[in-house]
Amino acid sequence: MKLTVNGKKRSYAGLPFKRLLDVLREDFGLTGTKEGCGEGECGACTVLVDGEPVNSCLVPVGQMEGAQVETVESLASAKKLSRLQSAFLEKGGAQCGICTPGMLMAAEAHRRAGGKKTRQAVCTAVSGNLCRCTGYKHIVDSVMAALKGRK
Amino acid sequence: MRFLRARTPEEALRLAEKHPDAKPLAGGTDLMVAWNAGRLDGKTMLDLSPLKAWARISPAKDGADVGALVTHARLMRHPEVLKFWPLLAEACGTVGGPQIQARGTLGGNIANASPAGDPFPPLAVYEARVRLVHAGGRRELAFLDVFAGVKKTHLAPGELIESVHLPHPPKPSRQLFRKIGTRAAQAISKTMMAGLLWLERDGAVREVRFALGSMAPTVKRLHAAEEFLRGRRLDRPTVDKAVELLAADVSPIDDVRSTRAYRLRAAQNVFRGFLEGRLGRS
Ligand SMILES: Cc1cc2nc3c(=O)[nH]c(=O)nc-3n(C[C@H](O)[C@H](O)[C@H](O)COP(=O)(O)OP(=O)(O)OC[C@H]3O[C@@H](n4cnc5c(N)ncnc54)[C@H](O)[C@@H]3O)c2cc1C
Ligand code: FES
Ligand code: FES
Repeated sequence: MKLTVNGKKRSYAGLPFKRLLDVLREDFGLTGTKEGCGEGECGACTVLVDGEPVNSCLVPVGQMEGAQVETVESLASAKKLSRLQSAFLEKGGAQCGICTPGMLMAAEAHRRAGGKKTRQAVCTAVSGNLCRCTGYKHIVDSVMAALKGRK
Repeated sequence: MRFLRARTPEEALRLAEKHPDAKPLAGGTDLMVAWNAGRLDGKTMLDLSPLKAWARISPAKDGADVGALVTHARLMRHPEVLKFWPLLAEACGTVGGPQIQARGTLGGNIANASPAGDPFPPLAVYEARVRLVHAGGRRELAFLDVFAGVKKTHLAPGELIESVHLPHPPKPSRQLFRKIGTRAAQAISKTMMAGLLWLERDGAVREVRFALGSMAPTVKRLHAAEEFLRGRRLDRPTVDKAVELLAADVSPIDDVRSTRAYRLRAAQNVFRGFLEGRLGRS
């Protein structure tokens, strides 16, 4: 079975019902994507599939044939963080960091879809992601800063 | 665990006939939770997700046909759906968060038959029809007739949901979708409701349709109140009586999410607000 992960063609020959989350972490060594609940509730495992945010704990890899998968590892270039990642650093959008890869990917999906640059729209965009540390304000601040392109 | 993948609708029907106990798999947002919890060990899965023909929203003679594999994310943004069936678009926008909306499908939502399916009250008031297929042919059921109970449908083994037909409703005088839950996204709701109202020029009710979810094992239309209201003006005693009649068509339960009394009261308050014109929009 073939799929594209972070722009690279990959093949996978294991069990089709293995979770995309586990294939990314175990077979492809991409451990940036985290597991929180394993039930679709927390969004920690969010990756983009064909540009849309999905919970990788709820996707059997067998459904990913021919799909374009993007993980948090795709955001930064070799030397430079993306604007979204820098904003999380500057505005305190991450504390323990468990929710951060999922938050970044949900926010990235919103940015790419040309989503509204309002706090309310950003809250909706990350409404499928839980954070037990920040109280969300700093996360929304970070995403807003990145969307508005301020430093 | 066997994983069968259907490439065409014909192949899906053949495989479903050959493996009548196979579980159809669409977006997986319900099934994968069960799989992760070990409840599907040893089962056969029939993956429908490659069926492009079932992932379309197409115009039909008096409305539109929504393929079973159309996702909530598509429905909530689709211009035709927003124009003619806005309550459905709104309900799809309250299903889980963006990640669940991106993968969860309308067919999977219906087949899952949760008492708390958000799109159900809108589908009930739009009088949607559900098209079922199996290797031997097709049949169509009125939306409410699909459900047999909590998490139970009248689908036969090997039968699949192909599409949902939405008839064009006449433009309503007033409409409403309301979800009463705890956390906005993700929460399974305590109660959700949809209403459509058509008034005559003189203010009398031509027709009203109101449906409630999570208030009985399956989604319910308020037949008693709807019948009573036909032809009447919405004055105080009429509204009082209709609100009282709401209880005749539902049987809310006490559970971990809410109590019977709370659910009934919440639904009656919204129904009253809708009839009095305080809730809903034109
Ligand atoms: C965190 C979380 C939050 C959720 N929040 C909500 C919510 O707020 N509101 C809500 O309504 N739902 C909610 N859900 C439930 C779920 O996301 C929806 O019911 C979704 O629409 C299911 O669609 P699916 O394609 O993912 O179904 P799947 O998981 O693929 O399948 C669900 C069931 O339908 C059957 N099936 C699927 N397609 C067909 C078909 N074409 N023909 C016959 N049978 C079929 C399957 O065999 C299975 O029994 C939530 C789920 C999660 C995990
Ligand atoms: S680990 Fe996937 S949603 Fe929580
Ligand atoms: S930073 Fe710890 S869960 Fe969000």
